[in-house]
Amino acid sequence: MNTTQHHDRKRMSLERHNTLVGISFILPNFIGFACFTLIPVIFSFILSFASWDGFNAMKIIGFANFSGIFSDRVFKAALSHTFTYSVFTVFFSMLMALLLAVLLNRKVIGTNFFRSAVFFPYVASIVAVGAVWNAMFMKDAGPINAFLRLAGIANPPGWFASVAWAMPAIIIVSVWKNMGYFMLIYLAALQNIPQSLYEAASIDGANAWNKFWKITMPMLTPSHFFVFMMLTINSFKVFDLIFVLTGGGPGIATKVLANYIYDQSFTAWNFGKASAASMILFLIVGTITVIQFRAEKKFNDFL
Amino acid sequence: MIERKKLSTRYIFYVILLLITVVTLLPFAWMFSASLKPEMEVFSIPIKWIPDNPLWKNYSLIWRKIPLGLFTFNSAKLTVLITIIQLLTSSFAAYGFSKCRFKARDILFVCYIITIAIPWQVYMLPQYIIMQKFRLIDTHVALILMQSFTAFGVFLLKQFYQSIPDELMEAARIDGLSEYGIYARIVLPLSKPAMATLTIFSFVTVWNDFMGPMIYLNSTSLKTIQLGIRMFISLYSAEYNLIMAASLVALIPVFIMYVGFQKFFVQGVATSGLKV
Repeated sequence: MNTTQHHDRKRMSLERHNTLVGISFILPNFIGFACFTLIPVIFSFILSFASWDGFNAMKIIGFANFSGIFSDRVFKAALSHTFTYSVFTVFFSMLMALLLAVLLNRKVIGTNFFRSAVFFPYVASIVAVGAVWNAMFMKDAGPINAFLRLAGIANPPGWFASVAWAMPAIIIVSVWKNMGYFMLIYLAALQNIPQSLYEAASIDGANAWNKFWKITMPMLTPSHFFVFMMLTINSFKVFDLIFVLTGGGPGIATKVLANYIYDQSFTAWNFGKASAASMILFLIVGTITVIQFRAEKKFNDFL
Repeated sequence: MIERKKLSTRYIFYVILLLITVVTLLPFAWMFSASLKPEMEVFSIPIKWIPDNPLWKNYSLIWRKIPLGLFTFNSAKLTVLITIIQLLTSSFAAYGFSKCRFKARDILFVCYIITIAIPWQVYMLPQYIIMQKFRLIDTHVALILMQSFTAFGVFLLKQFYQSIPDELMEAARIDGLSEYGIYARIVLPLSKPAMATLTIFSFVTVWNDFMGPMIYLNSTSLKTIQLGIRMFISLYSAEYNLIMAASLVALIPVFIMYVGFQKFFVQGVATSGLKV
């Protein structure tokens, strides 16, 4: 009897000791994380139901912010621009990333150089990238339009200066910046496809085209899925790229959800509206993430 | 016949690859070329890729036009401090999450996981309000606090620590090493590649960060290199040669890191699959 009690106490104190040690490891990071990430997230949720400008007293106003933003022309435009941007960026980035990965998966001279060159835009500063693309895409003097005129296009588009062409130009820059990153993910997956599959197919007389569609593409399904989800999530939160390229203009032609949140926060000081818009962004990205987690589990069971 | 066909497809693939790579690098080439030209010749047609008289003095001029040296120093300071704090606290937390067993562990980790998927814009404003309450607006401390404790760092290192076999810790525990001892003497030395990956990602993120400094810093003396280039663009909007020179200068540290530690970049993408 006595010994069990003794053991229990010993186990209790050991458990407490373990908890203390464990928490001591986590705490230095967690305090910072809680103060500057976790609490702000919760705070944002509360703010979306409040009316506040940061100076006067905060008032809880229910769903008024949400009905407010959905009757705001700028918000609706921003939401639709975000979707347009996402659809095209995701599609073309995937296409380019896959193409590059397939091209680089064979042994060619200078593989390493090609891979590094294509990945570099991803780590290049967005401000520098913005500066150079702004110059490249200039309407009259820019080198891109100079090239297009040379190619016989008499009236090349105005790119960032034109309502119709600003978004396509942004999408081009975005694909250029991101394709290298996703290429690396595809490349890693391609290198994991067993060579024996291709050998067996060759014996059966399959040509390269057949092999690509019947072996490579199906074997890449989990990667397609992952790349698609990552790209979609990243596209919905696009922010600084557009900020440095067009600032959301001309007019509001390239304003996206994140720009809207920024404007409402730091220009209009309409904290409620800003937070309501950020909740919409959260909802979209959150839904995609949940789908990804679920599906990934399924894929893992599958494999 | 078959051999020749194979050779020609291979040739076509190579040409496509070369073409995409050249087009990808073109903006950087243009940037470099423009940075060595006089202002008037930047947009001259046809494009002269190699200027007749490269104006290397453009590169000395930019340091006198704006306090670029100070901006570089500020960026370097922030980058070093944030990276160190992040490495220390993340590796500590990652050890707690992967190698210690206790009750609250999983709940705490779920908090990290959830926020990893939340875009910064969602909590950018409340974060600003909190910093304002601490009177940290227009200080470097604000940026250090908001960037040092990322869920990404903890997540990346935890993934790596999990691959270190538990038997190793058990053996050390039997030998009488405390958890802190195990962390310092066994896990930390083993995790050099993961730490290198995190260092590089942190370096690139902080050095390139633009929105954070833009929102928080107003005083010129505190500005970072990215804000410096933006300042340059607004002050000397017509002088594209100098703008390109300044932009190129801002790219150099990342470029050096990239060339030197490419292995870790590739590893980071493969192991985390997460975008910073």
